[in-house]
Amino acid sequence: MYIAKIIITLRSSILDPQGKTVEHSLKSLGYDKIEGTRMGKYIELKINADSKSEAESIADKACEKLLANPVMEDYEFEISKDGEN
Amino acid sequence: MSSARAGIVVFPGSNCDHDAFYVFKNILNVDTKFLWHKEGSIEDRNIVVLPGGFSYGDYLRCGAISRFSNIMDDIVKFANKGGIVIGICNGFQVLCEIGLLPGVLLKNKNLKFICDTVSLKVENNKSIFTGEYKIKEDISIPIAHGEGNYFCDDETLADLLSNNQIMFRYNNNPNGSIYDIAGIQNLGRNVLGMMPHPERASDKRLGNVDGLRLLKGVTESVL
Repeated sequence: MYIAKIIITLRSSILDPQGKTVEHSLKSLGYDKIEGTRMGKYIELKINADSKSEAESIADKACEKLLANPVMEDYEFEISKDGEN
Repeated sequence: MSSARAGIVVFPGSNCDHDAFYVFKNILNVDTKFLWHKEGSIEDRNIVVLPGGFSYGDYLRCGAISRFSNIMDDIVKFANKGGIVIGICNGFQVLCEIGLLPGVLLKNKNLKFICDTVSLKVENNKSIFTGEYKIKEDISIPIAHGEGNYFCDDETLADLLSNNQIMFRYNNNPNGSIYDIAGIQNLGRNVLGMMPHPERASDKRLGNVDGLRLLKGVTESVL
């Protein structure tokens, strides 16, 4: 069993008003070294695959088909064996 | 009675389906049916409406899950053969997700759900959707959305402009949409998506019938 940890963010060319609002709030708390905030989604998949590469390919297809919309989002993921982390 | 046969698609979470049904059936006297999203076909319908609402709770992304509903394959086939499809609000989001229309609807720029009546400009009146309007006419149509901020890349926007696919623009952009876009049609000119709700401006007892001309025009375009 493998675990895919997927992070989906708005593409850098797209304004992220949620991220901006959080950034303003952080700045007003005095975190003036924080110079950028992007909000995104985290999705974890449990994949019953025979190999890491098979799990990778399944996660990649799931992102392309449903989990992310390439018009507005980028995605990245890490695969690990269930129980390793 | 015209030969129009309207089908209003119902997803779990649709909430403007009855409004659309009422306008087609009771105001325009059109043969109208609900189409449950699990059905595999649109039956004998020649106008398909994807109504507003929060299909599948807007989980993941608006419209992302509904696009995989059983009925959508048949709707894509119907649209690709020139069938008339109208997506209103959540329906517009579904049409973008499934690729019948380009672009995507992002969160409103101010992050708020906006419920208001807004002024739109008719940008193109040479279509089955907008033939009843004058070019550059200002009309008032209600909006009610949290994710109506239309976005596409520069190349797509240039295509939309050069192919006259932009149907309505906001006079006072409420949500941050690129080029103030409120509604677009596909290249084939048979699929319309718009965030404003024409069905909510169709009964004169509610004081505004600016949306009725759109739905009436579509109905009359079916011979």
